[in-house]
Amino acid sequence: MSYIPIADQKEEMHDPHSFVAKYVWSMDHKVIAIQYGTIAVGVGLVALVLSALMRLQLGYPDTFAFIDPAEYYQYVTMHGMIMVVYMLTALFLGGFGNYLIPLQIGARDMVFPFLNMLSVWVYLLSVIILMASFFVSGGPTGAGWTLYPPQAITEGTPGADMGIVLMLASLAVFIVAFTMGGLNYVTTVLQARTRGMTLMRMPLSVWGIFVATILGLFAFPALFVSAIMMTFDKLLGTSFFMPAMVSIGETLEHTGGSPVLFQHLFWFFGHPEVYIVALPAFGLVSDVLSCHARKNIFGYRMMVWAIVAIGGLSFIVWAHHMYVSGMNPYFGFFFAFTTLIIAVPTAIKVYNWVLTLWEGNIRLTVPMLFACGFIFTFLHGGLTGIFLGNVTVDLPLSDTYFVIAHFHMVMGVSPVMVLFASIYHWFPKMSGKMFNVTLGKIHFWATFFGTYAIYLPMHYLGFLGVPRRYYSMGTTEFLPESANALNANITLAAIWVAVFQLVFIFNIIWSLWKGKKCDGNPWEATSLEWQTPENPPAHGNWGPELPTVYRWAYEYSVPGVKADFVPQNIAPEDVETVDGKPYVGHED
Amino acid sequence: MSFFKSIFEKPWNYQGDDPNYGGLEIGEGLHPKRIALRMFLAVVFVIFMLFIVAYFIRMELEDWSPMPESNLLWVNTLLLFICSVIMQWTRAAARKSLAQSVKYGMVAAGAFTLAFVYGQVSAWEEMNNAGYYLASNPANSFFYVLTGLHGLHILGGLWVWTRSTFKVLSGAEVKAVKLSVELCSVYWHFLLLVWLVIFALLSYT
Repeated sequence: MSYIPIADQKEEMHDPHSFVAKYVWSMDHKVIAIQYGTIAVGVGLVALVLSALMRLQLGYPDTFAFIDPAEYYQYVTMHGMIMVVYMLTALFLGGFGNYLIPLQIGARDMVFPFLNMLSVWVYLLSVIILMASFFVSGGPTGAGWTLYPPQAITEGTPGADMGIVLMLASLAVFIVAFTMGGLNYVTTVLQARTRGMTLMRMPLSVWGIFVATILGLFAFPALFVSAIMMTFDKLLGTSFFMPAMVSIGETLEHTGGSPVLFQHLFWFFGHPEVYIVALPAFGLVSDVLSCHARKNIFGYRMMVWAIVAIGGLSFIVWAHHMYVSGMNPYFGFFFAFTTLIIAVPTAIKVYNWVLTLWEGNIRLTVPMLFACGFIFTFLHGGLTGIFLGNVTVDLPLSDTYFVIAHFHMVMGVSPVMVLFASIYHWFPKMSGKMFNVTLGKIHFWATFFGTYAIYLPMHYLGFLGVPRRYYSMGTTEFLPESANALNANITLAAIWVAVFQLVFIFNIIWSLWKGKKCDGNPWEATSLEWQTPENPPAHGNWGPELPTVYRWAYEYSVPGVKADFVPQNIAPEDVETVDGKPYVGHED
Repeated sequence: MSFFKSIFEKPWNYQGDDPNYGGLEIGEGLHPKRIALRMFLAVVFVIFMLFIVAYFIRMELEDWSPMPESNLLWVNTLLLFICSVIMQWTRAAARKSLAQSVKYGMVAAGAFTLAFVYGQVSAWEEMNNAGYYLASNPANSFFYVLTGLHGLHILGGLWVWTRSTFKVLSGAEVKAVKLSVELCSVYWHFLLLVWLVIFALLSYT
């Protein structure tokens, strides 16, 4: 059993004593997780404000003098990039990955604590570089989050001088940070599981984070490679992507490069990125649903296999983002085929979530509300994905609001629903305090209905042909006046949602300060992180002895057992049964 | 237990109260650093592979004109090959706890690696002096970027090498450096492999 000493590296624990070692230069995975989370939420709020500014312009064109077209595009670009990479990826993997992996598999820490600490500080550096681009001459890049050349680095695009260079540099630094963290997560899951914690006894959260990390490790290189080549094109005059072109009456030095090559590389990263965000969300939401429905997750093995299958398939669908770039029709057929195939494991997951709720003993807590909200928004966004996965349907819809509605539903709102579910679910563990339930419920209903009020009408606008990416519609004859009215209403809904996020921030801060203390397992959950001797868990997590795992993490409402849950680390002879006979579980 | 066997396990069934049930699965007996290094090399491999794919796609376009071959690259290849052999030899010596041999091996491997880096820089100079600038043709751009990236990869390895060699020279026990010597040797074999692929690519296209 060579893994026990690795999981239980007491001699390598470096118990911190000073404040700085404990909370600033900390190697404790829990502190690092919270650092990751705080930075990600902070930068996410910046992106939220950017989206509100964007919506102000779209809902009320010609009203706000301080938003000119260049700034509008900069808001769009920065909103997209921050939300996808610096907020969602960092919060799911850096935040929840760091917090939950060691706790849920029963380890004392990540296997490389120093590398882990380095990872969060390099991530902060990448955020600082990105934010710096707001303050350089020309401002941040306005090339759209996909950064397509040639326009991204050609004069005339906002931020084509310093903005784009800082963006590329920041991405490269982020990838370094992610790789350091990612090597840690994968190795920890493989090597540091405690006694009895087999792969198939891991909670689905760990499975989701684990597979998403592997995706990230192999997908981010594509972004890295394209960032390097684009930086060369920009700064050193090479022509990897830059074609021969005339810009503002001037013939550029570049010759014969291929912008489509960039698109392939970008989306070879970009599509797995969707699942880097979605898979942890799938995992986390499964645990939340099962716990608050007091029922084992339906089809655990299917759920694991689906995560792995989706991860694998996500690498062979990237060109469905490029139908409008023009491609061989056979390619289009191939990518449409693979794209629709991915709906199969995804649908299995959705059915399993719903079947987990079926005849459960549902407790409508705040995390559960958000988890159920996720099922709605994800199903909704997923179904429009089936429309867009088909080439012939995608072509007319590609440049419209329909696409905005689709991807915000499927990878904006849904993962954010899971993030809120998870933050509320694990907040009592992270802080030892309970949040305010009423404020939490207000936050949920306002966000849930608010986001529907934003994105549902966008589908309709998309069918009308309202083009996306436009600063203002101008005199567009085919659009009825009602479309503009709808657009204004969407803006109101967006501001409503943005304002209600303040309720969340207030709730968290207030609860940290004045919240009611709670015990270590307020949700009566089975997985290991709820069984720690202290709450919140102390450095080293488990006290003198590592827990031993006897079963999977979904032993809820077992017939014949007194309590309605059996924690993973309770020995069979210690389980109280109704008839006093020893607890032997059940066979299928 | 193999990975595939373990993912067919039915975790909801009663498994007995043997806490060692299932036991180890993948990566059995591997030190975490070994796993991490292999994962890292896989990531680096993907980076180079993507560059190579980009190379092939870019090559098809009209403005591509191949660079001439530099004989210096053959010499460099030989140097890197020698590095790899020495590393392997050092690793064997470390396994047999031969402190003196480990010392010589690490220093020699480092020296040959530095010679390789010097050789690569000379190849750059040679090309540059002959008028094959970075931006004058995509073939040139790929030559400089691929060799440059490989060079950076070497410098990363040299950083770890410096730390281990410093330990060896300051009289640490062989046992204490055995793992880092082993990891260095894996890293250097990988460097050689990547270089051979790049070299073949540059020579035959």
